[in-house]
Amino acid sequence: MTPRLGLVLGALRADQQADRVVPPSGFTAQLTSFTAGAMAFLAVFALALSLASGRLAERWEATLKDTATIRISASDDQIAVQTAAVLAVLETTPGIASARALSMDEQRALLAPWFGPDLPLDALPLPQLIELTETPLGDLDTEGLRLRLAAEAPGAVLDDHTRWREPLVRAADRLRLLGLASIVLILGAMAAMITLATQAALAANAQVIEVLRLVGAQDSYIARAFVRRFSLRALIGAAAGTSLGLLAVTLLPGVEPAGAFLTGLGFQGVTWLWPLMIPPLSAVVAFGATRAATLHALGRLS
Amino acid sequence: MITFNEAAYSYGGGELLADMSFRLLPGSFHFLTGPSGSGKTTLLKLCYGALLPTAGSVAVFDNDTRLLDRDAIAKTRQRIGVVHQDCQFLDHLTLAENVALPLSVSGRNMAEELANVADLVSWVGLSGQQFSRPPALSGGERQRAALARALILSPDVILADEPTGNVDWEMSLRLLRLLVELNKMGKTIVIATHDLNLIRTVKSQVPTRVLRIAKRRVQLAGADL
Ligand SMILES: Nc1ncnc2c1ncn2[C@@H]1O[C@H](COP(=O)(O)OP(=O)(O)O)[C@@H](O)[C@H]1O
Ligand SMILES: [Mg+2]
Repeated sequence: MTPRLGLVLGALRADQQADRVVPPSGFTAQLTSFTAGAMAFLAVFALALSLASGRLAERWEATLKDTATIRISASDDQIAVQTAAVLAVLETTPGIASARALSMDEQRALLAPWFGPDLPLDALPLPQLIELTETPLGDLDTEGLRLRLAAEAPGAVLDDHTRWREPLVRAADRLRLLGLASIVLILGAMAAMITLATQAALAANAQVIEVLRLVGAQDSYIARAFVRRFSLRALIGAAAGTSLGLLAVTLLPGVEPAGAFLTGLGFQGVTWLWPLMIPPLSAVVAFGATRAATLHALGRLS
Repeated sequence: MITFNEAAYSYGGGELLADMSFRLLPGSFHFLTGPSGSGKTTLLKLCYGALLPTAGSVAVFDNDTRLLDRDAIAKTRQRIGVVHQDCQFLDHLTLAENVALPLSVSGRNMAEELANVADLVSWVGLSGQQFSRPPALSGGERQRAALARALILSPDVILADEPTGNVDWEMSLRLLRLLVELNKMGKTIVIATHDLNLIRTVKSQVPTRVLRIAKRRVQLAGADL
């Protein structure tokens, strides 16, 4: 992208005279600004969505990946035996960093939100919970562990969260990809519309092109006049669209931590820098589209 | 400068110009004459590469125009001043900017050439109108502006297509004086016109050759002119 950007900046700096030779064409120019602005606005949201779902996927993976729970349901006299058996199995299972049986108080605390603090736990046949933490390597063989548990402690059930966490992480990853794909599509649509606007401008200025040819203008000179104008317009429009998009994202109502899915659709920390790339990227896209359209048209117009 | 070698030009409607062989030598003054529709404009376009011969060849500055790419044609055109039949301008620019257009096109530094533009504009007698837009100019003023634009890159060759087409006799003489002056400075001049009086007037001032298009061929006109 860097040489491209150099070309763009070169075209923007190129002599103003080349820019003046094409009469100011209000309509196509405004159309270009508007298109770039609208597309940049959409791109900000696609980017926000993509970044947020990326963060979400990471967070789910981090918090869920390394913990699992074993639930032991058995008659009162069996519970202690099976808990000891399970802990022994876990001791010798590779990929497990630590394992710990929850105390009655901890289990009571877990249930309190659902049944209130005064639950007579002793009267209920509660399963014993064992919390285990995987090693960061993540080389725990859950299927193997499940088989061994079935053999040693028939009342033990391994709940490793993967059953519901994997689809969530996959969905979040997919969402991030969709966001990125949307940005690519948005830039593509912008290129297409700017190409059409350029073609309209070229057709409207056939007479100007003829005069320029008469006095010895090379294709690159004629192209520069159009390219410079459209790139500038796209840059200005995209800057406006990006600003509005950022404003809209900032003004999104804040969501308290409980609403986990939508938390942080906004930009955080350095990710604020990403949307700032939208205007220059739009200018690069406009530059490429206009240049290709112009040189193509001039090639046929010889 | 420009050499036609058995060149011909045909289009959908048939052959317009056939079997042309002649040379335009440096410093020469040529008239190109013939009835309307005989192919004068077409022949001039062959000279500056706007059209290519459909048979034979046209060499400009020793380059066969058929072998030049678009950029090279453009470069060649910068060395030939063309006063177009309906002298096309960019109507949104001022007269001075139109005259300066070839400078911008050829990548010259505009700031350094501003004095040249002003000189040229006053040489063709348009100092008062240099900030006017072309549509506001009279026919004669447009012709002189077109001449100034054709001269700004000090080309060796000047091709003028009916430069006196829509101006009065007084103005025609004024334009011709400018062209004769340029010829005396060593420029090669070709003027397409069907006005025989004009040709006679110039013949008395400088040595000229008259090329006449008749029956699709170019002949050197005799002493009858
Ligand atoms: N490419 C072309 N297509 C159609 N007609 C053409 C083409 N080139 C030349 N002509 C015709 O050839 C004739 C000669 O044109 P032109 O060179 O302008 O003559 P002049 O300048 O002597 O009046 C005109 O009738 C014009 O319509
Ligand atoms: Mg003509």
